[in-house]
Amino acid sequence: MYERNIGEVVLEVKNISLSFGAMRVLNNISFNVRQGEIRSIIGPNGAGKSSMLNVLNGFYHPQEGTITYRGETRSQMKVHKAAEQGIARTFQNIALFKGMSTLDNIMTGRNLKIKANILQQAIYWGKAQREEIEHRKKVEGIIDFLEIQAIRKTPVGRLPYGMQKRVELGRALAAEPEILLLDEPMAGMNVEEKEDMSRFVLDINDEFGTTIILIEHDMGVVMDLSDRVIVLDYGLQLADGSPDEVRSNQKVIDAYLGVAH
Amino acid sequence: MSPSPVQSDASGDGQLDTFPKLLLNHARVRGSKIAMREKDLGIWQAWTWQQVTDEIRALACGLAALGFQRGDKLAIIGDNRPRLYMGMAAAQCLGGIPVPLYQDSIAQEMAFVLDNAEVHFAIAEDQEQVDKLLEIREENSTIQHILFDDPRGMRHYDFPFLSSIETAQTAGREYDKTHPDFFEQSVEQGSGADIAIMLYTSGTTGNPKGVVLTNDNVIITARNGIIREGLTDKEEVVAYLPMAWVGDNLFSYAQSFVAGFTVNCPENGATVMTDLREIGPTYYFAPPRIYENMLTQVMIRMEDASKLKQRLFHYFMAHASRVGTQILDGKEVRTSEKLIYRLGDFMVYGPLRNVLGLSRIRLAYTAGEAIGPEIFEFYRSLGINIKQLYGQTESMVFICVQPDGEVYPDTVGTPAIDVEVKIDDNGEVLYRSPGVFHSYYKSPEATASTKTEDGWVFTGDAGYFAENGHLKIIDRAKDVGKLNDGTMFAPKYIENKLKFFSFIKEVVAFGDACDYTSIFINIDLEAVGNWAERRNLAYSGYIDLASQDEVYDLIQDCVDKVNEDLSKDPRLGKSQIKRYLILHKELDADDGELTRTRKVRRSFIAERYQPLVDALYSDVPECHIETQVKFEDGRTGTLAADVKIRNAKQYSPIAKAS
Repeated sequence: MYERNIGEVVLEVKNISLSFGAMRVLNNISFNVRQGEIRSIIGPNGAGKSSMLNVLNGFYHPQEGTITYRGETRSQMKVHKAAEQGIARTFQNIALFKGMSTLDNIMTGRNLKIKANILQQAIYWGKAQREEIEHRKKVEGIIDFLEIQAIRKTPVGRLPYGMQKRVELGRALAAEPEILLLDEPMAGMNVEEKEDMSRFVLDINDEFGTTIILIEHDMGVVMDLSDRVIVLDYGLQLADGSPDEVRSNQKVIDAYLGVAH
Repeated sequence: MSPSPVQSDASGDGQLDTFPKLLLNHARVRGSKIAMREKDLGIWQAWTWQQVTDEIRALACGLAALGFQRGDKLAIIGDNRPRLYMGMAAAQCLGGIPVPLYQDSIAQEMAFVLDNAEVHFAIAEDQEQVDKLLEIREENSTIQHILFDDPRGMRHYDFPFLSSIETAQTAGREYDKTHPDFFEQSVEQGSGADIAIMLYTSGTTGNPKGVVLTNDNVIITARNGIIREGLTDKEEVVAYLPMAWVGDNLFSYAQSFVAGFTVNCPENGATVMTDLREIGPTYYFAPPRIYENMLTQVMIRMEDASKLKQRLFHYFMAHASRVGTQILDGKEVRTSEKLIYRLGDFMVYGPLRNVLGLSRIRLAYTAGEAIGPEIFEFYRSLGINIKQLYGQTESMVFICVQPDGEVYPDTVGTPAIDVEVKIDDNGEVLYRSPGVFHSYYKSPEATASTKTEDGWVFTGDAGYFAENGHLKIIDRAKDVGKLNDGTMFAPKYIENKLKFFSFIKEVVAFGDACDYTSIFINIDLEAVGNWAERRNLAYSGYIDLASQDEVYDLIQDCVDKVNEDLSKDPRLGKSQIKRYLILHKELDADDGELTRTRKVRRSFIAERYQPLVDALYSDVPECHIETQVKFEDGRTGTLAADVKIRNAKQYSPIAKAS
């Protein structure tokens, strides 16, 4: 293996707690994410993994704690700010525009990068045209990267599930994110599709230096891909460390395998 | 013969007798004409003959700088990429020998060829291929240097013997400056008798053999083909078949170098049909299964079309099947029929040709396997001039070609230019031509047993000349056997008859030295799956579908029809199929059941599925079997199933075998 190129801390959450009414979904969670690493969040169903991602990109607003990103500390993220500042994500349930082609779906990922105003775009002239060509080039690069040339013009509603997942990843990549949040990218896939997706995650991390925060159920995948792993269980933080450390942590074993009472 | 630009280019008093010389000539004569295109990032990128020449020159010099010597072999591994074709030419410029390999071979298969051919240098398309080469190199290999085209995923590969083609070209341009006459001299040293290329035949038995072909073999044969069909430098071809296969080397490389036409490389394997449509080739080769697939696609999609469209389609297709081929062959047809055909052309045939990407086709070939008469007629009736040819690697393709206007579905045509064909006493076909291969690499015995001293080559095929002077091939000579009652048994003949049904993908027939004929069938998952969907038949995958009674009923009809057909043949009437089964697994080249060119390896299959074969020759209705399968990544697993066996209807032979 080669040396991983992992830098400074880019994102730090401290003592995050999130409740919906009386329901405590996240309880005093703290961890950090370093530049260029693949950071995984694992845990049983209902552990609060997706909620944690939603806090990170501003979808949920925690009642307590702080989030430090790019040196700025705040008590909550805002969705559009997160996107503007380079946080992109995919969803557990695919959220694509079913009637639009792969190409157009990925193109929507470029939305925030478009500078031309609506009038210029409407007449497709000058700056708007130059921009469109630039964006299309980027998108084609992503299509090539994810090896989905053959479905470029296919409406995504007609694609098999595994392919839709790949298109969704493509759309997130189109935003050229610094941090990519992947919510169960491999759920419901067969072994071969999982292998493909794992390869793409590693390649994205390697080629673009993108920091990746990954939620995944498949332990094999998580342990193979991740640099560090956080384990959540019922909103509590059970462990945080390298895959090996986490694997041998008694609390984690108990949570996953059950414990004799 | 009338002078044509092609001829003056290619024959030019023996001046242009090698590929490098042809290349330099194109750079002079048609330097600004497009030689190659490749779709990359959604856009067709083009290289002119001048640019191609510059690229090849830089790569050749780069190889020389790395120590590539005259006579060295250069392995070429990957999909059809312009850079890989340029690699081929670069090796030839240096007096080296390109050895293209099948890109989907596993490392172990490649290791044999690399070792057998003593390959020192290799050009690989991408990480997948480089990884295989690295694996081989660890064991034992003579590979000194590997060049790659696509760097993706190899950022951290730090080996002194691995570099990109671009790096080699940059070094090559430097080398060219410091050795100004090196390239020209290197090209000048080549002659027609030099070895141009080595192509490994997949071989239905044993290890592949390296077929050594000289520049003369390849160039003269390519030129003869061009002259016979009147091809020009305006043709467009799409290069999508494996580079290691002789056909691709002829159609996408040799003939392009001789005639100067444009070769188009698709974006990747999955986009070929789209790319085909965008390019609109004028000259096209496809094995029968591709034509079959296209037709199946059309039929499936027509079933989903509106009633009006279906009616139009069926009306005009029926008309086309009556008069279409006559019109294509330039025969007399009533004016009213002609007018209706023209209307059909506007309404149906034209749009259909366009969808298939065959609008501009002037000449389409098929070969390799027998093509179903209905499929063949379908394309011809649409006005697509599709013709069969007969050839092999040892003859640089052309042995027989169907002449324009004399195209029959069951024969392969008349001998190509400068080719002599004869049938020996055992019914085996022999030929002699300028394309006859130099030798099998490092195996003089195999060469001597295939090629006689005066240049006749045994094809291994059994056939005869029909009354119209066209060659008809029945089967592999060694496969033609006898049933225990003495009836002639031609397995391929029976297999092909069954494969003409769209529901059947592969067939393996057994019968030599047996009491009767019995067969394994592979259903076509797409066609049968679609059929099942229409009938609301649920199935979970191939194994499940293949074992359903309804599917057996469907296949029973096909088998019975073939038996009825066979009963009418005086010689094969008694070799009707008695028992058959639908195999629980799709035959796969990775498991060694098919060759890389998708030919069934009958004896291997018989051995592997021995319990099933035994069951066919008993009267059990079902048989349990467990099979080892190999996945694409090299892991293995087991597949277990209960396979049903059925009896086919027997027809009384019309004429007894004499």
